[in-house]
Amino acid sequence: MEKLLEEFSLGLFFWQTLLFALLLFLLWKFAWKPILKAVNDREEGIKNALDAAEEAKKEMQNVTADSEKLLKEARAERDVLLKEAREIKEGIISEAKEQSKVEGDKIIKQAQAAIESEKKAAVADIKAQVANLSLDIAEKVIKEELSDKKKQQKLIEDMLGDIKLN
Amino acid sequence: MERPPKILENKSLKAFFFLREWLTFAPIFRDRYFLSEMRKTFFTRFLLVAMLFTTQFAFPAEKENEQHGEQGKDLKTEIKEYISHHLKDSHDFSLFSYTKENGEHKYVGFPLPVILWDDGLKVFSSSQFHHGETLAEVDGQYYKLYHSKIYKTDAEGTINYDEDHHPTNAKPLDFSITKNVMMIIITGLLMLWLFSSLARSYAKNNGVPTGIGRFFEPIVLYIRDDIARPNIGEKRYKKYMPFLLTIFFFIWFLNMFGMTPFGVNVTGNIAITTALAILTFVITNFTGTKDYWMHQFNPLGDSLPWYGKIPLYIILVPIELLGLIIKPFSLLIRLYANMQAGHIVIGSLIGLMFIFKSWIGSPLSFGLAFAIMLIEVLVALLQAYIFTMLSALYFGFASEEHDHGHDDEPELAHL
Repeated sequence: MEKLLEEFSLGLFFWQTLLFALLLFLLWKFAWKPILKAVNDREEGIKNALDAAEEAKKEMQNVTADSEKLLKEARAERDVLLKEAREIKEGIISEAKEQSKVEGDKIIKQAQAAIESEKKAAVADIKAQVANLSLDIAEKVIKEELSDKKKQQKLIEDMLGDIKLN
Repeated sequence: MERPPKILENKSLKAFFFLREWLTFAPIFRDRYFLSEMRKTFFTRFLLVAMLFTTQFAFPAEKENEQHGEQGKDLKTEIKEYISHHLKDSHDFSLFSYTKENGEHKYVGFPLPVILWDDGLKVFSSSQFHHGETLAEVDGQYYKLYHSKIYKTDAEGTINYDEDHHPTNAKPLDFSITKNVMMIIITGLLMLWLFSSLARSYAKNNGVPTGIGRFFEPIVLYIRDDIARPNIGEKRYKKYMPFLLTIFFFIWFLNMFGMTPFGVNVTGNIAITTALAILTFVITNFTGTKDYWMHQFNPLGDSLPWYGKIPLYIILVPIELLGLIIKPFSLLIRLYANMQAGHIVIGSLIGLMFIFKSWIGSPLSFGLAFAIMLIEVLVALLQAYIFTMLSALYFGFASEEHDHGHDDEPELAHL
């Protein structure tokens, strides 16, 4: 201990304290502060970059999930559309069928009606013609019958005979 | 007669330091050794060359020894003095010295300014002392350099001693730019240049370090992530970071400079470690939270009624307060003792080469010195780490904030 005290030099202690404090201050100002800041910034940068990468990865996953979802939705929508289309098609077809049936029936009815009326007209026509023809025939026959006296006589007699029979 | 230095006399102390360091690092060293077995051939060759060199150096030393023997100093005392001189601060920066044929000491190096406060500021070059051989005369006052300390003397340079062989001459306040101060300035400038250029390279390269920064950045990050964050806590670690970084690199660099052959022993100087530990102490206590001070003065909290606390606190509070001082004190002693011990061990082992003077002993002690040197390189880093780590731990105690109820703070404070 005595030796230690003897060795202790106040001047050296003074210089050491002063110079070390000065060195500490200068290094603080010109070295440690910028060095620690640079290191910190770099670490911060690396951390941020990693975070960003992670974020991007997540976003990527999100996008994939989104697109898959979209695809699924689109598929579902397509299915729905197809189903609807099929339904519409069937609806249209059945409606058309029905309509065509109704229309056909109507046409048939009209045709039948037309045929009926034509038939009636034709029958009436035929009747008229038959009447005309019978009149003509009757005229001709009567003319024939009435051409000689004998025949007239006979006719009258026949007619009279018929009447009698009645 | 000069008083032989005390440190080396205490053989058991030396042995203790040596053993402790060896036991701590032997496993690490062993692993290293197995890893490097590939390089064994190179290593063996290197050792062989080293053997040749050390013995060659050792034998001329024998001749020198005979010369010194005439002067009444034996080799052992000379080595002891050399080591204790090396451990001390000095007023000039000597790179190396040698002895001429005629026994004259020749020093190669450069003088440093001496600044004394002795009834006014006195500044002069340390070259005036001629390495303690002559007196320096400034403004009619005489100063003598004796055992790396400056004493005021009369014109003849007489040094008076008390019964313990301590000089009783007046000591002026010595604010000299000594070798250690010089090394602090050099290290400071090196750190400033190194780390401000690192900071600039960040700005230039968009936050990516280049060159030497690639080496230092992981260390900075290690101090932040493995020393500051876990010990101080996420919330408050930032404001301690500059101090922790500065103290770590400061101690490490100075420890490493201590490994150079220039004989720098800054971190093994008690004044330096005291200054560093006091800084830690001051920062710890000036940034202490309310909970920290509560812990000092009311360590048991609400777990006891006040009348139960009184007898306990008569003992507990002084212990806690003593702990405040013991913590930084252990810091300063640990760093000082480790670095000092390392230098003593290496110095002694190198000195052993000159004592053995044989083909076996000298290479052996060289090998040992080499091995210890490798360990010391590790110790240099380890001590810087420990100082930083413990400072961070103390800062952690100072910034504790209890959510009263769950106390998961490590109880290391009381160790």
